[in-house]
Amino acid sequence: MAYNVIEVRGAVKHFGETHAVDGVDLTVQAGELFGLIGHNGAGKTTLFKMMLGLLPVTRGEIYIDGQPVRGEAFRQVRRGIGYLPESLALYDNLSGLEVMLFFAKLKDADPRSCLPLLEKVGLANAARRRVRGYSKGMRQRLGFAQALLGSPRLLFLDEPTNGLDPQGIREFYQILRELREQGVTAILTSHILAEIQLRVDRLALMRTGKIQALGTVHSLREELNLPLDFQLTLQPGAEEALRQALANQPAASVQFNGTMAHVRCPRERKMTMLNALAALDSVVLDLHIKEPSLEDVFLGYSDATA
Amino acid sequence: MRTHIEFKQIGVIASKEFWDRIRNRWVLAVAVIFTVFALVIAYFGAAQQGTVGFRGMDVTIASLVSLVIYLVPLIALILGYDAIVGERERGSLELLLSMPITHFELLMGKFVGLAGALAFSTLAGFGLAGVLLSYQLGPTALYHYVGFMLSAILLGMAFLSIAVMVSVMASDRMRASGMAIGLWFFYVLVYDLLLLGILVLSQKRFSLSFFPVLLYLNPADIFRILNVFGFEEVRKLYGLATVLPATLASPWLLGSAMVMWIVAPLGIAVWRFK
Repeated sequence: MAYNVIEVRGAVKHFGETHAVDGVDLTVQAGELFGLIGHNGAGKTTLFKMMLGLLPVTRGEIYIDGQPVRGEAFRQVRRGIGYLPESLALYDNLSGLEVMLFFAKLKDADPRSCLPLLEKVGLANAARRRVRGYSKGMRQRLGFAQALLGSPRLLFLDEPTNGLDPQGIREFYQILRELREQGVTAILTSHILAEIQLRVDRLALMRTGKIQALGTVHSLREELNLPLDFQLTLQPGAEEALRQALANQPAASVQFNGTMAHVRCPRERKMTMLNALAALDSVVLDLHIKEPSLEDVFLGYSDATA
Repeated sequence: MRTHIEFKQIGVIASKEFWDRIRNRWVLAVAVIFTVFALVIAYFGAAQQGTVGFRGMDVTIASLVSLVIYLVPLIALILGYDAIVGERERGSLELLLSMPITHFELLMGKFVGLAGALAFSTLAGFGLAGVLLSYQLGPTALYHYVGFMLSAILLGMAFLSIAVMVSVMASDRMRASGMAIGLWFFYVLVYDLLLLGILVLSQKRFSLSFFPVLLYLNPADIFRILNVFGFEEVRKLYGLATVLPATLASPWLLGSAMVMWIVAPLGIAVWRFK
């Protein structure tokens, strides 16, 4: 049975007058891949640090694996946590393997796992090179390998794909998928919303220290009732025909861009719209229905608050 | 909620700090500086008086004391000022503290590792000089020389402890380095002049009762007294140190005061770091 690996109850963090986190309630279940998104300064990193016990809460309670984030019991919990910080700084004077061995000792992880983990993240050939000579992407891979030391059951990944190339991003999510299948829970932040929208099970949208929305990408779309975007490729000169076909669709709006047309209409009018467009089969060359992206959801919530 | 101390974690951090200083040749450089200075002072210390050669351990140690008072605090402060603030500024502190390690263990690991590097270079540097001079040293001189080396290590640790405290308190490395240099100026250059000034201005009114206690408030003075008080001839050279009554010049008392200078700043650092 799934249980809550992370439980945040009314967490508040104040820095003087600034309310960085302002009454957050959140639960993440075991084996979940959970996304945390929000504007810069929304409180994501502060919440991350509070969940890791790096920052004390001003008010509220945080439990990881059933333990409060302080004291001796949490030290044991920490051995099962992997963390990749947003501003990753490793030791330039050491080789990748030496960095891994250092953190393995601190985490009581098997030192023999260091090389296989470096291989896993694609750094086998650079394992004995000094970190000073690593590219940004290689450092990020090393940071990820470090987070995987000690077979963690819970991963905190703050902007984990920073500096990774597309191949690196794909490999990163492949590893994350494999870990999830083994029951590992991961909570991650990213500014690249397109990247996480298909990969996370649930996500929380933070704004000014509060959780503004929480759920699956699908449920958030439903909640906002964002319009669907019909992307049409038209024959030249077919604009007027389209306008006439949409005359009986008061909720629809249209924008033209050369021979491309974007028709937006409420989700519940989808079939009616398709019927209206079906009558234009002689002038519509192609049609693609675009669901609102996570970016649209994100902006939708921002607009709603504004 | 209390956590117990895991000495293994202190060892992991200490070992990294120590080996970092071995790898980047810091220990070697400091040891070479100490050896060269010690030999030069031992052989050429009296060149101004027209003589060259080893003049005896008491005079050599007296000259080395002056060298150590300038050099060791400076080296210790440079070594320790960015121990914590440097990690914080680079961003690696957060990752370290996300590990199963407490603030106390991290700080102690840093201190032990850096103190180990400083002690090793001091022992290696002055030890090598001692070995090279050993054919001219009798057992008593050797005893004093070993005492000098150990007290130099204690002096280094006292200033290292101050440096670690500065590193915890400073908001950035620039401020930490400024504070470290300021403290070196104060304790090594200004403090004794200040005492002498007060002594003269007060027309020796408070000197006999209060003055010796003030010497205990500077680890550099404690080091000087520790090494100077044993030699009658050298004691005469140091006007400031000889105002100390013999009861306050006990090596155990001075040694304990030096240990306090190691423990107290480190205690403040631990308290602030938490």
